[in-house]
Amino acid sequence: MLKALDIDPGKCTSCKQCEMACSYENEGEFNVSKSRIRVFDFHTEARFVPYTCTQCAEAWCQQACPVNAITTDHMGVKIVHSNICVGCKVCTIACPFGTINYNASTGKVIKCDLCGGEPACADACPTGAITFSDVEQAGYDKMKQWATATASPTDVSGPNTPVKQ
Amino acid sequence: MGWTRKILRVDLSSGKITTEPLNMDWAMQYLGQRGLATKYFTEEVDANVDPLGPENKIIYATGPLTGTMASTGGRYSVITKGALTNAIACSNSGGYFGAEMKFAGWDMVIVEGRSEKPVYLSIIDDKVELLDASEIWGTSVWNTDAWIKTKHQDPQTRVATIGVAAENGVLYAAVVNDLHRAAGRSGVGTVMGSKNLKAIAIRGTGGVKVKDGRAFMKATTAAKKVLVDNAVTGEGLPMYGTQVLMNVINEAGALPTRNSRDVQFEGAHDISAEAMAAPRGSDGETNLQTNQACFGSTIACGRISKIDTKHFSVQNKPEYWHASGGLEYEAAWALGSNTGVDDLEALTYANFICNEQGLDPISFGATVSAAMELYEDGVISTENTGGIELKFGSAEALTKCVELTGLGEGFGKELGMGSARLTAKYGRPELSMTCKSQEFPAYDPRGIQGMGLTYATSNRGGCHLRSYTVSSEILGIPEKTDPLSTDGKPALVKAFQDATAAVDSAGLCVFTTFAWTLDDIAPQVDAGCEGDWTPEKLLETGERIWNMERMFNHRAGFTAEDDKLPERLMKDAAKTGPAKGLTAGVEKMLPEYYELRGWTPDGVPTNETLSRLAL
Repeated sequence: MLKALDIDPGKCTSCKQCEMACSYENEGEFNVSKSRIRVFDFHTEARFVPYTCTQCAEAWCQQACPVNAITTDHMGVKIVHSNICVGCKVCTIACPFGTINYNASTGKVIKCDLCGGEPACADACPTGAITFSDVEQAGYDKMKQWATATASPTDVSGPNTPVKQ
Repeated sequence: MGWTRKILRVDLSSGKITTEPLNMDWAMQYLGQRGLATKYFTEEVDANVDPLGPENKIIYATGPLTGTMASTGGRYSVITKGALTNAIACSNSGGYFGAEMKFAGWDMVIVEGRSEKPVYLSIIDDKVELLDASEIWGTSVWNTDAWIKTKHQDPQTRVATIGVAAENGVLYAAVVNDLHRAAGRSGVGTVMGSKNLKAIAIRGTGGVKVKDGRAFMKATTAAKKVLVDNAVTGEGLPMYGTQVLMNVINEAGALPTRNSRDVQFEGAHDISAEAMAAPRGSDGETNLQTNQACFGSTIACGRISKIDTKHFSVQNKPEYWHASGGLEYEAAWALGSNTGVDDLEALTYANFICNEQGLDPISFGATVSAAMELYEDGVISTENTGGIELKFGSAEALTKCVELTGLGEGFGKELGMGSARLTAKYGRPELSMTCKSQEFPAYDPRGIQGMGLTYATSNRGGCHLRSYTVSSEILGIPEKTDPLSTDGKPALVKAFQDATAAVDSAGLCVFTTFAWTLDDIAPQVDAGCEGDWTPEKLLETGERIWNMERMFNHRAGFTAEDDKLPERLMKDAAKTGPAKGLTAGVEKMLPEYYELRGWTPDGVPTNETLSRLAL
C-alpha cells in the first residue's frame, strides 16, 4: 500500500506543532523556518492551511536535477541525496508548488521525505488535520461526507428489490 | 538550552543597540519571562520612577520553553512599571511573536530611554535596527502590521505594536501582536507609546535547542495527552473558548453586571459561547468562524469571528467585514454584561476596535460601565459625553465610546483615564471597580470569595490571571472548594499565585493548569533547560517572584491600604443567585494570607522571608 500525507485544512488550528516536529526530526532543533511543512494563515478568511510536498509520481524536481540527486524509493517518495546535491537550485525552480527549498546553511536543498515512513508532522498534529494514509483511499472520507449530503432519511423506503427488465 | 542566553538592549535616547549574555545565575533563580525580566527590571529601575518618563524601562521577554514543542510554548510578556497602576506590570501574550523572538536568537529585549522621533525596532536574527516610524505613527495596529510586512517584503515577519490609543495616552493601552493577541493590561502599551516606540518587528530563522531532546519529547508528549484527556482543555476550551464560562459564571451568581450593581445578567446567554456558535436570526450565519491556536498550543481556545455585515456598527464599513479575533470571556463580560449590553455583534465590533487601536477591553469596558453609572446617577450628562446617551444596555453608546477612546477624541479622552481617575474626577471614586487603579475582571468576589483575595493582593492590580481560584471554586480543579466560603482561601490563593508565577516564567500558558499541575510541568522544564527543575523548585521560584514583585510595589509606596476591594463589594450584598445576601469577605482573609506569606501584619515581607527566598 502506498501511503501519503492526507491534509484536511478544515481541521487545522495553526498551532505549528507540525512545523516544530518536522524541524526537530530533520534539524535536531525547533526551527520552523527549516520545516518541510508549512502552515499558512489566511487570517481574514479564518482559514489555516498546512502545505508540503505531495511526492508527484512524475516529479519535476527529479527530472530537472542535473546530477540525479533525487531518487524515488519503494514508497514513491522523492528523496534528495545531499552527498550528490550540488545546490544548483534548479529543482526549486522546476517544482510548481514551491515545496523543495534551498537551505543556505548547508548549501543543499531540503524537501519532505515522509520521515522514512513515519512522518513526524502527522504524529504531532493534535487535531487530525494531517494524517498518513493509503494514497488510493485518500478521498474516501470526503466522498462519504458528500454521499451523506445527497441522501436524506426520507430516502429510506424499506427493502429494495431488483428492477424487472 | 531552552534559553538562547542572549539579551538585546536598546537605548532609544542614544539609539545605541547592544547585546549581552543572559545572567544564568538569575535564570536559575527566576527561570525566564515574567520572573527573570522582573528581576532585571527591579534591579535596574527605581521603584519611584514616573511610568511615562524616559527612566522607566520596558522589557519584552520570552521563557525557556517559548519556541519549543511544549504545548502552549509560545508566550512572551511585557514587563514595566504600569501606566495605569504605578505598580509592577507584566502583561502576557500568545500569538506567534514570542516564538519568533526566540528563533531570532533573543531571550529578551530591554528597551530604555525615549526616542525623539517615532521609531520601530526591526530585528532580523542578529541584524537589529531602529527605523523611522513616522509613516505609521498615528495609524492602527492592523495598518502597522501590514505596512511593516510590505516594507520588509516578508510576510513571515511578526509584529508587536501599539495602536493609536497608546499614542493618545489612554492609560490602559495594550501592546498587540499578530493583529489580535495582546499584552493587554496595566497600560504597558502606554509606556511603549511614551517612548515613541511604535512597534517591534521580528523575523527569526534560527532554532531553539533543548537540554535532553529524547526526554523533552517524551515529557511534552505525555503532557499533551493530559491536556487532550481533560474535559476543559481537551473539549470545553477548543469548542467554546474561554466564553464557555459565560453561562457557568452567571449561574454561579458571580457575573458582575452593570458596574457590579448586580451579580447576574439577564442577557448572559445572548453573549455566550453558545450564542456565538448559533446561526444568527439576521443572516443565518454564525458569529464564530473557527478556533485558532497560539504558537504551539494544542488547546486552541482562540476565537475567530465575523460581524454581521448588516449590523449597525459596521454598515458601510467593509473594513470590518472580514474575520478577526473574536470575543474571549473577559472581553465579552467587560463590554457586555458589565455595561448591560446584550448585543453580541456590537460586542464583537467593540472587541475588533480594541484590537485595532490597542485598548485593553477589560479596563475599557469597566470604565464605560462606571461612566454609565455616573450618567444614570446624574453626575454627568450629555454635555460631558458630547451627546452620547450613556445608559446601561446601550449598544450604540458602547460602540461610539470605543471609537472615541481609541482615537482619543471627545469623551473618549476621559474614558481613556480609566475608571479610578474618571470617577475621582467627578467626586464618586466609590464607583470604580478597581484594585490598585486597575479594573478587575469577570468574577464577582461576592460569589467567588477567593477571587476577592486574588484581586486585592495581585501585584499588578485587579486581575484574574495571578491566581485563578475559579478553577477550584467553580470548576473543581484540582479539587472543589466552596465559592461562597472564605475558609482555606488564603492558602489556596497563595498556592495558585506561586504556581502561576512559575508557569508564566516558563513561557507556558496558564490555561494549561486546568489540566496540568507542576508535576506535569516540571519534567518538561527539566528536560528542556539546564538546572534541576522539580515541582518543589518551581513552586519556590514562583514564591520568590511573588515576593520580588511585592517588594517593588512596597518601594513604590504601596501598602496594605492598597490591598482593598471597592466598598460596593464589601458592603452591598449580592441581590440574586447562590451568593444572595453575601458580601466579599476579603478582610477576614487578609491577616491569614499575610501570615502564610511570611509578611508582617501590615503586608510587608519580613527579613526572614526575604532571606529564605534569597531576595
